[in-house]
Amino acid sequence: MSTEARGLTLQAVVAERGLDVRVNVAPGEVLAVLGPNGAGKSTLLHVIAGLLRPDEGLVCAGDRVLTDTRAGVQVATCDRRVGLLLQDPLLFPHLSVAANVAFGSQRRRRFDLRRVHARALAAPWLRAVDAEGLAERRPRRLSGGQAQRVAIARALAAEPEVLLLDEPLAGLDVGASSVVRAVLRDVLSAAGRTSVLVTHDLLDVFALADRVMVLESGRIAEIGRTADVLAAPRSRFGAQIAGVNLVAGVFHSTGVLRTGWGDQWHGTNDDDVRAGGSAVAVSTPAAVAVYREPPRHISPRNLLEVIVAELVVRGSTVQVRGVDQPDGAPGLAADITADAAAELRLAPGETVWFGVKAQEVMLRATHPGTA
Amino acid sequence: MVGRPDDLPGWLYGPAAIGAVFVVLPLVGIAAKVDWPHFWSLISSPSATAALQLSVRTAAASTVLCVVLGVPMALVLARSEARVVRLLRPLVLLPLVLPPVVGGIALLYAFGRLGLLGRYLEAAGIHIAFTTTAVVLAQTFVSLPFLVIALEGAARTAGADYERVAATLGARPSAVWWRVTLPLLTPGLVSGAVLAFARSLGEFGATLTFAGSLEGVTRTLPLAIYLQRVSDADAAAAMSLLLVAVAAVVVLVLGARRLGSIG
Repeated sequence: MSTEARGLTLQAVVAERGLDVRVNVAPGEVLAVLGPNGAGKSTLLHVIAGLLRPDEGLVCAGDRVLTDTRAGVQVATCDRRVGLLLQDPLLFPHLSVAANVAFGSQRRRRFDLRRVHARALAAPWLRAVDAEGLAERRPRRLSGGQAQRVAIARALAAEPEVLLLDEPLAGLDVGASSVVRAVLRDVLSAAGRTSVLVTHDLLDVFALADRVMVLESGRIAEIGRTADVLAAPRSRFGAQIAGVNLVAGVFHSTGVLRTGWGDQWHGTNDDDVRAGGSAVAVSTPAAVAVYREPPRHISPRNLLEVIVAELVVRGSTVQVRGVDQPDGAPGLAADITADAAAELRLAPGETVWFGVKAQEVMLRATHPGTA
Repeated sequence: MVGRPDDLPGWLYGPAAIGAVFVVLPLVGIAAKVDWPHFWSLISSPSATAALQLSVRTAAASTVLCVVLGVPMALVLARSEARVVRLLRPLVLLPLVLPPVVGGIALLYAFGRLGLLGRYLEAAGIHIAFTTTAVVLAQTFVSLPFLVIALEGAARTAGADYERVAATLGARPSAVWWRVTLPLLTPGLVSGAVLAFARSLGEFGATLTFAGSLEGVTRTLPLAIYLQRVSDADAAAAMSLLLVAVAAVVVLVLGARRLGSIG
């Protein structure tokens, strides 16, 4: 029932969208693509699916060349064996669930079976997504979660060698999305399917992805094992979704980063940081202390004046978020207790001091211009 | 009286009612004028029957022609990003605003005996002007834009996402067309075809100019009514009512629901 997994080679330049990406996905690997809106995530998928011809590029599924702009190769979407699952399930409304699933079935095409066999063809795929009971229904009589499960079955029935998922859970409520996420985890891991998953939800990344790629302005800002990227992000967006503070600058000397606007950050070195190279200073909001006045008795190595942009209450903690950094990066955040927040009498627009101990700051190298 | 926020202002109902009366009153006028005791014999006269049959036959034929040509046109207009297509669009839809008589004359200069294409057809022994074929062509000429515009709107609204997904499922462009695009456009197609049929049924100016008024050959119901009006007003009124009835049946049975859901 399953197809032998093939790896994916992707090199694409799409000038109009500012996309320039090179990445390989191993056979059976699930690569999550994160990034702000307009970073080029969907464009990337369109290139792989053959819906968009890159200005320069090479797309291969295993040793099968799908796009090679130099050789003038552009295999049509219908011949690529690349599945696509979107936020909208897009089930054909004039066909039953079974007919929808049978639509792309490889077997159907090979033996040109009659329509009565749609149900038999669809059954194993519907079983895989736990939707056998829906076979006779019309798509408009399905809930959002059911429709997306059927869409998954339909995509699998075409037996794609590479599966592209573009925010497949974004349109669902919490309950439905957790059910569909579990289904996706089963079908992606069971068959060892090579997949590229565009998402903005960390839960998807944890549940489904082997590696994470952060795309910013059409370029790869960072890529690595899911755990590594989330534990120690190097990119602005990676920091944002991991919920950590990120300050970009240039590595100055051992344990010191200097920002473009003259601030200095003291922290612990990463081994691969070299003087003059681009680097980021990463810290968690919980490690940031907030003061009304510069503290006199204790003195954290990193102390900076911050204008409060907003206060967000999360259970018993309050997150104090500063205004954006001079380079436009999201403002630094500090998590303090509700008591402390009440005592400080904080309000947006006020000036406070953020303090971070040097051992709480990690300095990490980045590729130039990515953070 | 307390007006709800979504209530229309009261004065709006005045002109709306006048408009409705303006549309309905003439129809009532016809019904009042009809000589009911002789209604059946008036509409079953040989000339009336011939005209009705010709009208229904030609309108059906031109509707088929509109569908065959108009569906591809609508989809090309909706989906193609070529500049040529964008430039051609207003030209193709021109008959929508063109006086039908002018359309008839234009057809005459294209397909008539001395027309651009007509002179070659004539040389090949094919006569079009003043034949039943000319009636069908005249009706198609004025009706085609109605179908195209209704369907193009539907195709634009639907977008091409379903087609993209079908392609990723391995369906070739022709398979996508028959199994996805066309079924999805059926509602738009039905309403477009109903509009085209209704417009064809009522065609007068282009038909008279391009096809003439030959009983049994080119004299459709509207032409027959116009001629009878002078000699036999009772027959004209009866046939008018017949035409109203045929059009109403088509619109109500096939199209009311669809027309209501356009856009």
